[in-house]
Amino acid sequence: MAMQTKNRSDELRMEGAMAGHSGELTERQQSSRRAPQAHRNGDTQRFAGSDGLAKALGWFSIGLGLAQITAPRGVANMIGLSDDRGFMRYLGAREMAAGIGILTQQYQSGWLWGRVAGDLMDLALLASAFRADDARRDRLAGATAAVLGVTLLDIMAAQQHSQSDTARRRSLRSDAIRSTKAITIDASPETLYRFWRNFENLPRFMDHLESVHVIDNKRSHWIARGPGGRKFAWDSEVIEDRPNAYIAWRSTGNADVRNTGNVRFDRAPGDRGTEVRVEIAYLPPAGQVGATIAWMMGQAPEQRIQENLRKLKQLFELGETPTTEGQPSGRKGVLSRLSPVGLLEEMR
Amino acid sequence: MKANCWYGRHKLSVEDVPDPKIINQTDAIVKITSTAICGSDLHLYNGYVPTLEHGDILGHEFMGEIVEVGRDVKKLKVGDRVVVPFAISCGQCYFCRRQLYSLCDNSNPNAWMAEKLLGHSPAGLFGYTHMLGGYAGGQAEYARVPFADVGPIKVPSGMPDDQALFLSDVFPTGWMAAEACNIQPGDVIAVWGCGPVGLFAIKSAYMLGAERVIAIDRFPERLRLAREQCGAETIDYMRETVYDALMERTAGRGPDSCIDAVGMEAHGHGAMFLLDRAKQALMIETDRPIALREAIFACRKGGTVSVPGVYGGFDDKIPLGAFMNKALTLKTGQTHMQRYMQPLLERIENGEIDPSFIITHKLKLEDAPRGYDMFLKKQDECVKVVLKPGA
Repeated sequence: MAMQTKNRSDELRMEGAMAGHSGELTERQQSSRRAPQAHRNGDTQRFAGSDGLAKALGWFSIGLGLAQITAPRGVANMIGLSDDRGFMRYLGAREMAAGIGILTQQYQSGWLWGRVAGDLMDLALLASAFRADDARRDRLAGATAAVLGVTLLDIMAAQQHSQSDTARRRSLRSDAIRSTKAITIDASPETLYRFWRNFENLPRFMDHLESVHVIDNKRSHWIARGPGGRKFAWDSEVIEDRPNAYIAWRSTGNADVRNTGNVRFDRAPGDRGTEVRVEIAYLPPAGQVGATIAWMMGQAPEQRIQENLRKLKQLFELGETPTTEGQPSGRKGVLSRLSPVGLLEEMR
Repeated sequence: MKANCWYGRHKLSVEDVPDPKIINQTDAIVKITSTAICGSDLHLYNGYVPTLEHGDILGHEFMGEIVEVGRDVKKLKVGDRVVVPFAISCGQCYFCRRQLYSLCDNSNPNAWMAEKLLGHSPAGLFGYTHMLGGYAGGQAEYARVPFADVGPIKVPSGMPDDQALFLSDVFPTGWMAAEACNIQPGDVIAVWGCGPVGLFAIKSAYMLGAERVIAIDRFPERLRLAREQCGAETIDYMRETVYDALMERTAGRGPDSCIDAVGMEAHGHGAMFLLDRAKQALMIETDRPIALREAIFACRKGGTVSVPGVYGGFDDKIPLGAFMNKALTLKTGQTHMQRYMQPLLERIENGEIDPSFIITHKLKLEDAPRGYDMFLKKQDECVKVVLKPGA
């Protein structure tokens, strides 16, 4: 029973991450042409829209806080408050903390709501100042108007960020590693579809695949290489097949690495061949094996797919992959591995 | 074989390394008879270009004899004498088919690196950075030449190495820069930098119909070459303000087109130069675009700024206001070599030009490090060093 529950929750995670199957995937892909999608590795792009306001408010907080701490008397005088340097410095410290929080923390909404609370405190303070006998009401009125304006901005920014932070937390909660990439290849959609539809061809350009054995029109058996020569195997089935246009597949049964993928072939404009778009997602299992696979697949999965697609392009445009492996050099052991290029390659 | 290898800023050494072999079936192996040091090699020598590795073999201007060909090489055979273009092109892709050879989609095995820095990857180059392919270079006794049917062209037996060698880079590069100016009768062209590319740009501008060419540099021997060998008027930027001198000589119009044959390591004087230099040292700015700024500022309204000079990364204070408001055209790019090599070879054969006039020094391959040092410091009036393997 417990087992079933776990599987069910896996299923949900998987679907959440992969936007369901076939039909939905297609829609999702079409939208992906217009806007960058949220990924495990690149989810920040999507939330950039409201960042400008938050950033401005963050810097405003720091600036005001700095003024309150370093020149408390000047600030008090400007807003028409009586001179209480200690209290003004406390307000300054609060402003700066909010500013730094907004600018440096990943989830900004909490800090932005903190600013709103601070604004209300300021308004209360100003209200009490109005009641004082020696109140400089003209200056206080100006300051109150300014604080009201800022409060409005703070509420707007905090609301925007509450929404995007929730979305971001939700997307990070999923464990699936999901990537999309596209390339233009000088070959017809028909040719490329035929090549891909015979899954036994995939290891010719997907480096991590050792072999794919086609069982029947729908099913195939895949073997992939992991770190340290470790092998992972699974069965896969075609879940959607539109000749010369689209193929979607997913792993079945007890796969080591539950995964799904799809590829679409669109004729490129201007007689440039075919636009090939690939989407692949993995759901590593829990435990040590899962961690290894997550590590392996998580090594810039976008880059991996990009390189695979480039190899596919070269296969069709050249018939082979140009390489520099095996060429001479004057390299002398350890030094070169410490070079920036060596490190870059390690990081891939 | 012996090869000139890079081991860090201002550290070169001619080492014994394994001979190259056929890796892809479209490869050929060339036994090198002449190979030159290019101004762009100095950017590597000075350590300004990222993604070079210790032990990399430098050199992208070379020629020699074919000693081995891969199974799929059809046009060339063992024994052919060839000059090899510095850029490697597959000949099949979208860009190669449109003669935009230096933008080849398939010849850079490290395209992913270039995509990170440049957005897209241009063609792979010999003896340059790993970002641009990391192909072993030609300052060596032998080199592996990929896509041998697409790049190298045969050299007629009567033509000496000294005349053919510069078809590998600097002559076509100067030519493409001048061609980009779309020269009309009466045009006055200004050329920043009188190194080999600048000198060939001057010659090419005249061959393409320029009325006058004004050349800008500071080294007397280079200015002399520009005047005496190429027929240019000259400006020494240490003595004259370039903008004022150009306005005076063009009666306020400005040059119809401007060619920046200097690139990322321009020299200058004054505060701006020192600022660029400091930024480069602090790695805030990768390039010092002094010549480019001057070219944009001085160019005639509606004119063309053509940039064969090499830039690597990010540049500050480019006068885009002048660029936009004067409606200038910018033309640039690594040279589409295969488009120009054969026609320019014919111009050499016809006696229209003898490219060997730029050679000032001939050294043995073993002396490559000394050649770089001399070229960098412009010692002994050094303009072009040719290395002779096996000499």
